[in-house]
Amino acid sequence: MWEYTDKVREFFLNPRNVGEIQDADAVGEVGSLACGDALKLYLKVDAQDRIVDATFQTFGCASAIASSSALTELIKGKTVDEALKITNKDIANYLGGLPKEKMHCSVMGQQALEAAVRNLRGQAAPTPELEGELVCHCFGVTDALIRKAILENNLRTVEEITNFTKAGGGCGDCVPHLESILASVAGEALKPLAPVRPATKKLTNLQRMQLVTKVIDEEIRPSLQKDRGDIELVDIEGTIVIVALRGACSSCPSSQLTLKEFVETRLRELVEPEITVREAQ
Amino acid sequence: MMRTVYLDNNATTKVAPEVLEEMFPYFGELYGNPSSMHSFGGQVGRRISEARERAAQLLGCEPTEIVFTASGTEADNTAIRSALESQPDKRHIVTTRVEHPAVLNLTQHLAGKGYEATFLGVDEQGRLDLDELRASLRRDTALVSIMYANNETGVVFPLEEIAQIVKERGILLHTDAVQAVGKIPFSLEDLPVDFLALSGHKLHAPKGIGALYVRRRTPFRPFVIGGHQERGRRAGTENTAAIIGLGKAMELAAASIHEENTRVAALRDRLESSLLAAIPESIRNGDAACRLPNTTSIAFKYVEGEAILLLLDQLGICASSGSACTSGSLEPSHVLRAMGVPFTYAHGSIRFSLSRYTTDEDIDLVEREMPGVIAKLRAISPFSSEGEKGA
Repeated sequence: MWEYTDKVREFFLNPRNVGEIQDADAVGEVGSLACGDALKLYLKVDAQDRIVDATFQTFGCASAIASSSALTELIKGKTVDEALKITNKDIANYLGGLPKEKMHCSVMGQQALEAAVRNLRGQAAPTPELEGELVCHCFGVTDALIRKAILENNLRTVEEITNFTKAGGGCGDCVPHLESILASVAGEALKPLAPVRPATKKLTNLQRMQLVTKVIDEEIRPSLQKDRGDIELVDIEGTIVIVALRGACSSCPSSQLTLKEFVETRLRELVEPEITVREAQ
Repeated sequence: MMRTVYLDNNATTKVAPEVLEEMFPYFGELYGNPSSMHSFGGQVGRRISEARERAAQLLGCEPTEIVFTASGTEADNTAIRSALESQPDKRHIVTTRVEHPAVLNLTQHLAGKGYEATFLGVDEQGRLDLDELRASLRRDTALVSIMYANNETGVVFPLEEIAQIVKERGILLHTDAVQAVGKIPFSLEDLPVDFLALSGHKLHAPKGIGALYVRRRTPFRPFVIGGHQERGRRAGTENTAAIIGLGKAMELAAASIHEENTRVAALRDRLESSLLAAIPESIRNGDAACRLPNTTSIAFKYVEGEAILLLLDQLGICASSGSACTSGSLEPSHVLRAMGVPFTYAHGSIRFSLSRYTTDEDIDLVEREMPGVIAKLRAISPFSSEGEKGA
């Protein structure tokens, strides 16, 4: 049995703001019957862009219903811009927390709000193309949503990604892809190291070689190895660093992303801004 | 305190008061070791022999063919591993997609260790295709392991026909009969399986006790190795109280199996037909013609199982669900998926499983409350028969 907080139970048994708004200014829909949960959010917005009423309809488990209801309570009375600042964490916190396997219910609430605001602004409904690449085909989760969930909730494992977004919870085929997204987000979010060289002086070839080797060995490789990948320094020609990705990286569909967004970014940051990374042919 | 209406007997059952009474002394003053040479231990040994006889009586076998284990899962593990170990040249296992995890996950585990496994499918009613079984058998098939009755839907497989097909080919046959024993009458005299697993807590004995039937002259390799207990077939000092309790429970089951198939079956039928009639867009999962007398699985469209269970819980009603959310996984049960139950229904599937302790009043209460529970959740749901979306 799930350990739900009293507030989750209360918001499930006596949900606030259930139903439709016939003359709603905006409607946001996420999920489907097939996925096992779905949420339809209705908003009434006044001339000052303030949400004067919000209601919901939810198909799903107790925590999905409670999260939806909590969302409507959180956004009522706020301006649209204020409401958009609400994260899935705020929804979970409002309920006194959710079991970790149920965090995706709070993410669903936030997604529905975004969809409703897009609807309000006359923008197209979110499609996978708009939101990025479709990663989890079982539950229709895109890389954009996964990255957002990782950053906002400080996720560190694939299991956590599944708990928050459902991605990877079906057939499991996308698990390697999730690992590479995790690695690249981790790379972007790394705290800058203490400067390893004086920023002004131009590097000699020898200094550059030593620094590149050091950053790859101490910084980049350990990070890739966490996801069963690896990197080999092949050559350095001027400011062009030639590397080969090995292990899980070599067959990973996101390897180009890893190369540019992680390896190159780190080297530019820590060695020289002029550095370009190329993959060995 | 609110009355509990317990309709989750396929998950576990109440220990029969008669069982508890027979067990008590063996937690207390009668603590002897049945293997001891003194009569203080020996008197316990005699009660274990009696339990073995009672078990054999219900199953229609010899007492020496019964091995007590710590669970149904251990009995399944013992049978499957023994069959493989005794035939090292045979590397193929046949089972079904709807087995209990005790068999399914073990087979998947073995498939990752150099064995080959065939998982037989089922039709939309949860039935096996016996021609598919025939076609799956190979010269190197070591074992066929097929459950007797399904825990989620109650569908009973035609084990006599299955045994005929498998034994004709000289292949070992194991059946996980955890849900069948005590609920449907059968005798191992007429049912030529080589192994059969059962679990105490599904038939009003306590948890932590099971048994494996091993047909005489079947090659056997013990799973738990150590002392000489259970004639060298399962080492470890006997769980004396639980074994004695299981013996009593099996004696009681023999006496109540008629009631199970008449009164309990009638209550189940009443519950099922009244819910299907009272609640629109509900369907039964599984073949009604060949089913355990105590089980019904009903799917309610547009609502989710965990939410139903929590509302029932508020009313003191215990049931279970094949929905994704209850298990912590994100997909509905493997049994409902194997049957191809549409996701729109599978997420809202509820299993009620009765026992001989279920009363008319219990069923009255569920009949009274269930339509309101479903209506409450459907009122929250964005989906309905008018304007179905996203299905």
